[in-house]
Amino acid sequence: MRTYGIYVLRRFGQFVLVVFIGINVAFLITHSTPIDPVEQAISSATQFGFSDPTAVEQLRQSLRELYGVEGTFWEKYIHFWTRLAVGDFGPSLSAFPTSVSALIGRALPWTIGLLTTSTLISWALGNFLGGLAGYYRENRILKAIGIVATGLQPIPSYIMSLLVLIMFGFVWPIFPISGGFQMNLSPELSFAFVRSVVEHSILPVLSLVLITIGVWFIGMRSIVSNIVTEDYVLYAELAGVDRHRILASYIMRNALAPQLTGLTLSLGAIFNGAIITEFVFGYPGVGTLLVRAVGTGDYSLVLGITSISIIAVATGVFIIDVMYPLIDPRVKLT
Amino acid sequence: MLRILRDLFRYNREFAIGATLVLMIVALSVASFFSPYPTLSTYVVPPDIPPSWAYPLGTNSRGQDVFWQLSASMRNSLLFGISVAFISRIISLVVGLTSGYLGGFADRVLMSINDTFVVMPLFPILMLFFFLMHDNMSWPLLALAMAALGWPYDARLIRSVALSLRTREFTTQSVFSGMSTPRILIEEHLPYVLPIVFATTMNNINWSIGLEVTLSVIGITNIETPTIGTMIYWANQHTAMVAGVWWWVLAPVATVVMTFIGLFLLAVSMNEYIDPRSRLARMEGSR
Amino acid sequence: MAALRGNGNSWREAGGDGSAEPALKVEGLRAYYLMAYYGVEREVRAVDDITLTVNKDEIYGLAGESSCGKTTFIKTIARAVRPPLEVLGGTIKYSFLDRNLYDVDEDTLADIRWSHLSCVLQGSMNVLNPVRRVRKSFLDFAYPHMGLSKKDFFKAVNHHLDRLRLSPDVLSAYPHELSGGMRQRVAIALATVCEPEFVIADEPTTALDVVVQRDVLAMILEAQQQFGSSMIFVTHDLTVHANIANRLGIMYAGRLVEEGPTAEVFHEPLHPYTSHLIASLPRIGDLKPKAALPGAPPSLADPPSGCRFHPRCSLAMDICRESHPAMTTVAPGRRIACFAVDPTAKAAGDIPVAQIASEADAAARLGQ
Repeated sequence: MRTYGIYVLRRFGQFVLVVFIGINVAFLITHSTPIDPVEQAISSATQFGFSDPTAVEQLRQSLRELYGVEGTFWEKYIHFWTRLAVGDFGPSLSAFPTSVSALIGRALPWTIGLLTTSTLISWALGNFLGGLAGYYRENRILKAIGIVATGLQPIPSYIMSLLVLIMFGFVWPIFPISGGFQMNLSPELSFAFVRSVVEHSILPVLSLVLITIGVWFIGMRSIVSNIVTEDYVLYAELAGVDRHRILASYIMRNALAPQLTGLTLSLGAIFNGAIITEFVFGYPGVGTLLVRAVGTGDYSLVLGITSISIIAVATGVFIIDVMYPLIDPRVKLT
Repeated sequence: MLRILRDLFRYNREFAIGATLVLMIVALSVASFFSPYPTLSTYVVPPDIPPSWAYPLGTNSRGQDVFWQLSASMRNSLLFGISVAFISRIISLVVGLTSGYLGGFADRVLMSINDTFVVMPLFPILMLFFFLMHDNMSWPLLALAMAALGWPYDARLIRSVALSLRTREFTTQSVFSGMSTPRILIEEHLPYVLPIVFATTMNNINWSIGLEVTLSVIGITNIETPTIGTMIYWANQHTAMVAGVWWWVLAPVATVVMTFIGLFLLAVSMNEYIDPRSRLARMEGSR
Repeated sequence: MAALRGNGNSWREAGGDGSAEPALKVEGLRAYYLMAYYGVEREVRAVDDITLTVNKDEIYGLAGESSCGKTTFIKTIARAVRPPLEVLGGTIKYSFLDRNLYDVDEDTLADIRWSHLSCVLQGSMNVLNPVRRVRKSFLDFAYPHMGLSKKDFFKAVNHHLDRLRLSPDVLSAYPHELSGGMRQRVAIALATVCEPEFVIADEPTTALDVVVQRDVLAMILEAQQQFGSSMIFVTHDLTVHANIANRLGIMYAGRLVEEGPTAEVFHEPLHPYTSHLIASLPRIGDLKPKAALPGAPPSLADPPSGCRFHPRCSLAMDICRESHPAMTTVAPGRRIACFAVDPTAKAAGDIPVAQIASEADAAARLGQ
């Protein structure tokens, strides 16, 4: 048990490292541009028509502090991190004076919900079907699914979401294609609301699942067809062990470990896919927020979302890493 | 080499389909040099005409012939994808070979950096970058940025090959005969790694074109240049789907899907061919 | 359903019949690898017309160099045949089945596996599921066949481990926590826990150091003696055969070339190939340098015509090139397949006199 604790600590160290480097990169990008972000932000903010000079001056001051354009590089750096530590990204420019953290806080649960649901479905289903396809190689249904998966896999997120939108938005409109829930319902734990949320999430989840399932299917199929030639599988077959048991206990269990690693490596990409899918379906998550922020020139919101997404993905990776030794006992814990 | 390609074409269905698709796309792109209309001009033909004999893919709401626009767009997107893939191959080769060969501390450092990049969500960072670059954004700059973010995955692959090469006899022999490290990497190890690099290039091209499409559709790249992404952007701007000008959207989407599937099949079949274990598996199945 | 016969051991009901019938009878077995790939066809003749018998309570050793077809033979008699390997002819008859192994239906096959016929394989170190504890492998492999309650089952397993001198702690370990030798021993215990009538062993000691090898061999012998299983033991290592096999069969290029009681084969090898094998074994006090056989083992995809050994044989005659010799009984319990060897002219020790005499002959002929 102690060794497991050490393992968790090491993984946490990696988590901290990733977050640190990531946010530093974001910081460095902002500080290496030739443009004065403050003036640019001010000019795009004043586009929206609030011209009260004191308010603008306050904004300028707060922005200068946030972006840290005052002081030496190290002062700016430390300032940035101290504000970050309390989760303060400053006010949003397009939705002034709402703070960036509030906006993100409202949108993030939608994204996390979308991500976890679709990732769970696509990973579990993709691996299951892929495993069957790798074992029962002659089965025609599985072969057909394989061809479909090969066709789906290379299609990038935007095109897939667009296709789903066209399919169910124009050709066969049975699901709502935008929003997180019906506009006139208030967010509470009522049956109507929950049902509306589920209805509105069907198409985004479907898109995300279609985007990502191909990878798991093809990967699992390939891993399983290699495992099938492993000594312990051949031996179990030689011993007449029940075929279903071989499939579950000997093949799938051993194939899951590398797929779990694959999941950690793909979390970043899946997150990207979620952002784009949200945008296409107008789903009220972090993705739509990000695109709108870029469109309106809301600098602080973009920086805030970037930092939060780095932390979110790194957390996901951390959680999966920590679960890994439970699946594969061969992992060296020290 | 040619014989291998010919054998692959004849016996491997995936390679045949993939190669055919890619050749069709390349032909389409090359056709753009013979376009009768200047690609950047608008309203050169009557707008919103459905596909017909005069205009095989119809015309769009901006008064351009969809076929010739598509041809130019495909060319630009393809060139873009290839340049990103090329630059990022170089980076991942350098990192992968060096890391795998040197091992030890250098390896650990490089791989930590590598893993950090793999885990990070690139999209928000890219958006941040473009948002700041704003009007100074250009295609070469975009290509560089994407290449700088697209190398980690393949660097790991190359590194594992390099690790196994390190312990082979010809490497020790090279070291003993006084070859410098860069020379060993380039002259001895590179030929082993190239087939894998070739396969990952296809996937990388897919990835970069996909990302380009996404960014263009959102409208943050230079939308005057015709690319697959900008075509869809303009179609959305003119609400093509709702207005019923479906061919404007379908043409680029269908073409780019063909490209993706084609390149992917090529990558998959080359991978299978290189990997000896899958070759054995295929031998069992062929009888 | 084919009829099964019990063998009257500890956890089974008493039963069993006379031991006159051989445990395994193989006749004219032929198994090739048939492949067509990228337009090129290949036919690898791994097992080419093999006939042999294993008696009850006997360990039959099968020896030969790498890629002579031993492992393919094992796969065939264990019915572990997958494309591109195909059985093209011959019969395999076990004493506990009333028909050819390949005429048995799937259900019976699953029944006899492990309870009547089990295997200890090459690379036994990796035969246990890496993500499960050893106890689970015992449950998966043996429990379905023994018809006992879980409690009684584990009692029997513990008893079995005990009599093979393995600690019952191995049950709760993961395979990677045990050493290679330990895993091998566990694999042997696993293969024998149902006290099968026939055990097939393919190079079970090859990857182990000699100390562990000795323990493992002792364990195999003990297992075999305690429950009276018959065994085919395949290894290229003749010294192992010397320790464990009752009878010895020598394979070359997919065919049997010599067979007989182990001691006799060692002291008086008849076939030229066997002679070289025995001669190459180190002996205490023998300081003569060993001569290597000329040439290389033949490719089984394109074997030499006639007797497959003839390109490397110092006794080769014209007839050896044209047709291949059948295994003929030259003495009680002894068979060889060779046109040249004259069984009556032979010296004890390294090389038969007959060979020395005709070496000059062969040299003259080959010198053309």
